[in-house]
Amino acid sequence: MDVQLIGITVLWVFLYGYLVTASIDFGAGFFAYYGKLTKKEHITSKIISRYLSPVWEVTNVFFVFFFVGLVGFFPDTAYYYGTALLVPGSIAIILLAIRGSFYAFANYGARKSHFYSFLYGVTGLLIPASLSTALTISEGGFIEEQGGEIVLLTQNLFTSFYSWSVVFLALVSVLFISASFLTFYASRAEDQPALELLRKYALFWSFPTIAASLLVFISLQQHNPEHFYKTLDYAWMFIGSLFCFLIAIYLIFYGKRYGVAFIFVMLQFFFAFFGYGASHLPWILYDHVTIYSAYTNETMGIALIVAFMAGLSLLIPSLVLLMRLFLFDAEYVKGERKE
Amino acid sequence: MELDSAMLSRLLTSLTLGFHIIFATLGVGIPLMVSIAEWIGIKRNDPHYLLLARRWTRGFVVTVAIGVVTGTAIGLQLSLLWPGFMQLAGQVIGLPLFMETFAFFFEAIFLGIYLYTWDRFKKPIYHWILSIPVVIGSSASAFFISTVNAFMNAPQGFTLKEGVITDIQPLAAMFNPATPTKASHVLSSAYLTSAFVLAAITAFSILKGKDSIYYKKALRFTMVASFVFAVSTAVIGDFSGKFLAEYQPEKLAAAEWHFETSEGADLILGGTLSENNEVKYGLRLPNFLSILAHGNPAAEVMGLDQVPEDEIPPLFIHYLFDLMVGIGMFLAGISFLYVLMARFKNFNENNNMILRLIVIGGPLSVFAIEFGWIFSEVGRQPWILWDIMRTGHAATTADNVGLMFILFTLLYLLLGTICIVVLKKMFKNNPAENELEQLSE
Ligand code: HDD
Ligand code: HEM
Ligand code: HEM
Repeated sequence: MDVQLIGITVLWVFLYGYLVTASIDFGAGFFAYYGKLTKKEHITSKIISRYLSPVWEVTNVFFVFFFVGLVGFFPDTAYYYGTALLVPGSIAIILLAIRGSFYAFANYGARKSHFYSFLYGVTGLLIPASLSTALTISEGGFIEEQGGEIVLLTQNLFTSFYSWSVVFLALVSVLFISASFLTFYASRAEDQPALELLRKYALFWSFPTIAASLLVFISLQQHNPEHFYKTLDYAWMFIGSLFCFLIAIYLIFYGKRYGVAFIFVMLQFFFAFFGYGASHLPWILYDHVTIYSAYTNETMGIALIVAFMAGLSLLIPSLVLLMRLFLFDAEYVKGERKE
Repeated sequence: MELDSAMLSRLLTSLTLGFHIIFATLGVGIPLMVSIAEWIGIKRNDPHYLLLARRWTRGFVVTVAIGVVTGTAIGLQLSLLWPGFMQLAGQVIGLPLFMETFAFFFEAIFLGIYLYTWDRFKKPIYHWILSIPVVIGSSASAFFISTVNAFMNAPQGFTLKEGVITDIQPLAAMFNPATPTKASHVLSSAYLTSAFVLAAITAFSILKGKDSIYYKKALRFTMVASFVFAVSTAVIGDFSGKFLAEYQPEKLAAAEWHFETSEGADLILGGTLSENNEVKYGLRLPNFLSILAHGNPAAEVMGLDQVPEDEIPPLFIHYLFDLMVGIGMFLAGISFLYVLMARFKNFNENNNMILRLIVIGGPLSVFAIEFGWIFSEVGRQPWILWDIMRTGHAATTADNVGLMFILFTLLYLLLGTICIVVLKKMFKNNPAENELEQLSE
């Protein structure tokens, strides 16, 4: 495996980490707000805040890690995406900023503000929608070099069927991942009413997720046939993904082993995400940038990998500790621990 | 001043960094103060110090949140606004940027744990141990990002030929000549500012008539810390001046309005410039510039006459430098006075006069950070990478930067306002007195 491939794989793993942890967070914000609207907040709000409080900052770092690492390994992406994404990128930043700070305000400061939880809920859907445009753009056809300058073809973006199906997929996946995780968390907390409600949410959002995935495939075939045919080489991954989905749904539907069910949800997205990523290679930005053309130099590439190894040996034990204290500690999950 | 994309990018970068740096500075310094307070509390078995650590942490969570979101903003904005710079410099200086995120990661994990495990361990010292990774993580991230900024001031570790970079040495780039003074001055000033801001809040409470021993202990602790960090900041600041004299003499010359190369150069405080660059009303300290620059009253100091016209930084940075140093002296003076009076029993160190000065010192220390950064960054102009890449050539060519500038201004106004409101509410709804009572029960 060459260094470029290792680099992009590492980054893709972190983006996957962000996909899972952030989806839980984004969806939870939406469910919390929805609970407020439908007067069911007393059921879910405790579960949600107990999980989110210790980890929201960690979620954000996954994202920072991804984009800093991307620019580090592949500096040319800064040039292409940087210029083209000024407006959508800034909007995403503002949404992230509002969401993160209002989470802290609402949780540590002024508790019951309707407005704060509204912002928290709505940004939870808008952020995945705006971040997913970066993936859409990577398929090509939305960025052009005009007289030495990079321009984003906004018109094309907003009228593209492909672009909208990606947004749709992003939204429903967020809700599905989040609901299935919170179902598991509620079951650990032995909180029956919350479990029932969240389980319903999970089942409700499950089939739209599959429908949206199919939609993305169909529109990809129109938008970027070359990529579409390459995905067929990785068909086994997508079939694996579907298989994991079915197992997860089976378990959730019959109310069994929610932890295992969530692992299968994670595997479902793992296969789909890596199948998508692998078939996308070598392009980072279709028709403009590949992992080879954008690669930094060999010395920096190796230095980054060494730093990554060293960093990982610190991070993994710390993450395990975090999970043991807050995810797998039954007393904490049940809310029986003093803070 | 023409408002093209480059100028607007500069403004937007300044806006975000100027806002981020307030929270980043507190984010580096407060964990250290919290950790020391908790340690003293455990060692002396003093519940007041433990309560101090807890209450500071609670406020800290809110400022950290803003540090995180504005930091995410600046991290993305570097690519959005300076694509040319990131494409070139990223190849050389990507390593510390990447390591910075590891430091954050480490800090974020343990901060989460620290916040929610106050009473979870049988031995309190275990909880204190969790604060160490938070302190290390935040200070390490400040260190790494400072090396990036140091690299911009003293780039090395690569060869540039016709726009192509070769012969890259990431470690040489990271440990460039600017790194020692830059990183240590940034860290030391962050500790100083955090200690002083906490002291100012405490002094404010005492002025408002709260007279529990809890506040007096807090004030004494923060003042001692402030004094130590004020001295170290000034000493390292002096080294920073010597660094400038050697590696960026035009920045020092511009900051000191030193137009002609000369020996035994005077240091000018304040003053105004006439049209043909004559200094009026300034206070002249004989030979002091030579001392600041080279540690020798007779040494020769390079003046702006040696700098090409189009490479002279804006001359207003003179005031910023004076203000930073002035505030530094003020902070050192107040904390020294307080510590001295506290040593001798027949003075009341908590008199209104000194308390008021401490209250003023809090915001002033934050201003010193702002002045210091603007001085350092504007003083590097016209370069984004000193002597290699001009700021104007590195900026984005995209339109709409102006619109983004307006949006971000609104965002920061909103965040800043709500942050203050929330912090106030938080401490009003749960005054220390309530918790003190619970302690004595
Ligand atoms: C509380 C904050 C604070 C205080 C009291 C001081 N400084 Fe400072 N100074 C900073 C906060 C700061 C800073 C914000 O951290 C800067 C901006 C860039 C940097 O490297 O550090 C800085 C930069 C900076 C530089 C420019 C370094 C460069 O551009 O590479 C010099 C020469 C000094 N300082 C010197 C001093 C001296 C002689 C002080 C005497 C008391 C002093 N500073 C007090
Ligand atoms: C990592 C790389 C950095 C880049 C690419 C960068 C780039 C820039 C640029 C181009 C400007 C505009 C200069 C001007 O307006 O004259 C600027 C200003 C500024 N930067 Fe840096 N900088 C970096 C690091 C830092 C750091 C670490 C800090 C401290 C937090 C900082 C603080 C500031 C401040 C306060 C200003 C405002 C100066 C003004 O008002 O013009 N910068 N930066
Ligand atoms: C000397 C100047 C700076 C210092 C001391 C500093 C320090 C900090 C601190 C303490 C935080 C809060 C992180 C946490 O608590 O987890 C933070 C956040 C952040 N900073 Fe800065 N910062 C500085 C300048 C910059 C610059 C120039 C950049 C751009 C590369 C940057 C990027 C970030 C990012 C991306 C975050 C968010 C990290 C997260 O998601 O946890 N910082 N910074």
